[in-house]
Amino acid sequence: MTNENVILRLTDVVKTFPGVVALGGVELEVRAGEVHCLLGQNGAGKSTLIKVLSGVHKPDSGTVQWLGEEVAFANPQAAMKAGIATIYQELDLVEDMSVAENVYLGHEPRSLGFVNRSLMARNTSGILAQLGHAEVVPTRLVRVLSSAGKQLVSMARALSHQAKLIIMDEPSAVLAHDEVENLFRIIRELTAQGIAVVYISHRLEEIREIGDRVTVLKDGRTSAVNLPARTTPTRDLVSRMTGRTIEYVFPPRGDAQPGDKLLEVKGLNRSGEFHDVSLSVHSGEIVGIAGLVGSGRSELLETIFGARRADSGTVTMNGTQLRPGSVGASVKAGLGLAPEERKSQALMLGEPVYRNMTLSTFADLASAGFTSTEKEQAAALGAAKQLDLKPLDVRRSAGTLSGGNQQKVVVGRWLLGGTKLLILDEPTRGVDVGARAELYQVIRGLTEQGVGVLLVSSEVPEVLGLADRVLVMREGRVIRHTAAGELTEEDVLDLVMAGSLETAGEEAA
Amino acid sequence: MTTTTTPQTQQPAATPRVSFWRDEAKEPWRRNLALIGVLILLFIIGAVIRPELYGDPKWVFDNMMVILQQASAIGVVTVGMTFIIIGGGIDLSVGALIALAGVWCTTVATQSFGSAGMIFTAVAVGVGAGLVNGVLIAYGRLVPFIATLAMLVAARGLAARISGKQTQVSTDQFINSIASTRPFGIPMLALILVAVAALGWVLLNRTTFGRRTVAIGGNAEAARLAGINVRRHTMLLYALSGLCCGIAAIMLTSLATSSQAAAAELYELDAIAAAIIGGTLLTGGRGTIVGSMIGVVIFATITNLFAITNTPTEAQNMVKGGIIVLAVLIQQLKFKSVKQMLIRT
Repeated sequence: MTNENVILRLTDVVKTFPGVVALGGVELEVRAGEVHCLLGQNGAGKSTLIKVLSGVHKPDSGTVQWLGEEVAFANPQAAMKAGIATIYQELDLVEDMSVAENVYLGHEPRSLGFVNRSLMARNTSGILAQLGHAEVVPTRLVRVLSSAGKQLVSMARALSHQAKLIIMDEPSAVLAHDEVENLFRIIRELTAQGIAVVYISHRLEEIREIGDRVTVLKDGRTSAVNLPARTTPTRDLVSRMTGRTIEYVFPPRGDAQPGDKLLEVKGLNRSGEFHDVSLSVHSGEIVGIAGLVGSGRSELLETIFGARRADSGTVTMNGTQLRPGSVGASVKAGLGLAPEERKSQALMLGEPVYRNMTLSTFADLASAGFTSTEKEQAAALGAAKQLDLKPLDVRRSAGTLSGGNQQKVVVGRWLLGGTKLLILDEPTRGVDVGARAELYQVIRGLTEQGVGVLLVSSEVPEVLGLADRVLVMREGRVIRHTAAGELTEEDVLDLVMAGSLETAGEEAA
Repeated sequence: MTTTTTPQTQQPAATPRVSFWRDEAKEPWRRNLALIGVLILLFIIGAVIRPELYGDPKWVFDNMMVILQQASAIGVVTVGMTFIIIGGGIDLSVGALIALAGVWCTTVATQSFGSAGMIFTAVAVGVGAGLVNGVLIAYGRLVPFIATLAMLVAARGLAARISGKQTQVSTDQFINSIASTRPFGIPMLALILVAVAALGWVLLNRTTFGRRTVAIGGNAEAARLAGINVRRHTMLLYALSGLCCGIAAIMLTSLATSSQAAAAELYELDAIAAAIIGGTLLTGGRGTIVGSMIGVVIFATITNLFAITNTPTEAQNMVKGGIIVLAVLIQQLKFKSVKQMLIRT
């Protein structure tokens, strides 16, 4: 069992983006007919690796051998033609086209220049039967299918290209529990036909059940290759993913006891997003929420802030209950949100920094409805100095700043408004390592002024290092609530990655 | 890793002086200069074709006043349209609203209330219809294009119904005299446009209302998450556009001393085109009143040029369409990148 059935081999693949080494030497070996699992934390380089395999990115150095030959795919179409298909989490289907049209999108069977619809439908039926789902009608609109059905269409599309390798990026994330079993059955059908699957998931239970071998990524490097999926102990897998080589520099926690209770959330529910969440944040305290993408964290924050309306439950600030679904009321009560998507949700990139900073306060700085540029620039400059904004020029347009400094602008916006409770959703996403340390200082510094902070991050060490108290969320529920010092990174990963199939039910009870 | 970075390392706020031609903040100024260049070019073209007319300074001045007179009602509507487009919307109903307001304020019943009654009616009808647009778009979640298109059809229909498709003559001496008054030799209507534009400029650049407009057009989600009441403001924007239509209706009624349901046809297109030529971004978030006003004057000047050279209307419209396409193409090419290329060579 050495070389003869290896279809894909990556050797020392490096991919850098300006300022970031996304992949710093990755090995990967995939055999025909196996399910090869890719494991790694957020930011470990999984997405970049997928994009290298599927021809979206070209590696800077290293070799990609496909079917024994060294290749460099010029674009995704080239990879597809060579037989590598990728099924992304966000399925790239056209909702208002039929199943068959989606399967053959871009390579429709033709006769005399016209699309041969009956042949297309027949072929699609054949592929669907091959996947064990002959009951799906090729002429149905994709829009009416469930998530599982849409995934099936994506896979059928891969097969229509005669794919020999299918990359699946967290395919179970969008599926209900019983649908996951079905997905596994399809994967087994595929591998039985000699097709290899690269399977990416955070759920260890799934890897145990479906995987053959595991490759672990950490900080853009492979920290373990070709571990047996069923027998490698969980501790081993988790320890390969953790223990950063990147240093996180967290400011020391103050000795001061947290002050009065600022925010109290009781029994907050939003159907399909999170269930029965209760939490509190005191003045001068950082409360961190750890959890995977899709665990309902961002939705929870937006609901607390009033940007979404809760189905039930209350949010109380300083003893006053907030009007549900009203951002205005929340801002008046002293809440501020630095949202997850900085560019699309927080900034006007073409506008100068000071106008971005005063977006929630320009009316207060105005007199009789007339805005004051001088006052606004002065206020913004004060906040910019406090946050050590670089460059220290509030008239520059926000789009020209680095990610870390853009985040400072958003934080500065709430500083100006005298915000008492700051909600930070992924504050260091897209921020380079040096600037992160600065942001941590800024956040800690705010608490010394009595601000309470509610923080969400996909990076577990960030939550543990920065927060005073930690909530662990999984699938819309808070499953652990403790002081930050009492949890290790491994503990948290164990909690959030524990198989969803068995344990989700008992917590609901 | 115990070293903490000292905040002393920051540089003083040394902003290097950027030349006028490269500074991004000066982009509107550069565009307006270019537009004025176009105006001068149009003047020269006129002078070449009809040198005997352009040789007479009195004729030139009178002709400029004619252009301003013709541009005035469209200009007032364009002020409102500029706000709407900067705020990320579009208003296709302005021409129809002018007709409706004009017809409503010249019915026999309304005229019996005198000049004040007529002005109040025109403004109230404009604002009221604008509010309907605003409510549909902001709270009913209708796409602005659809909501105002429906209003266009409905308002024209209502105007035809009210007027019985007849031209309604205004018998009000005051209203009729507005258009013929010329303080300091300048038509009153042009002065009204200048006043409205000046107010619009202040509103856009110096007030919280203007700031909200730019913020919502630039990034509506960011504005919402910053605590701005996006829906209420969107509604008010359409009411503002309606208000401009009401004012324009009075101006047109005065100019023609009558109103009819077919008045102000295609004004929406002229107003949108003027705003775009003036540099208003169709996707919202950026635009200037000054630019829009120059856009209006350019359009009026072209029309005037056609009149002087006796060009048939069909050709006029074809040229206008070409100009709109050209303006948007230039906007997409981003002016400044072209400029940078020129600087480099």
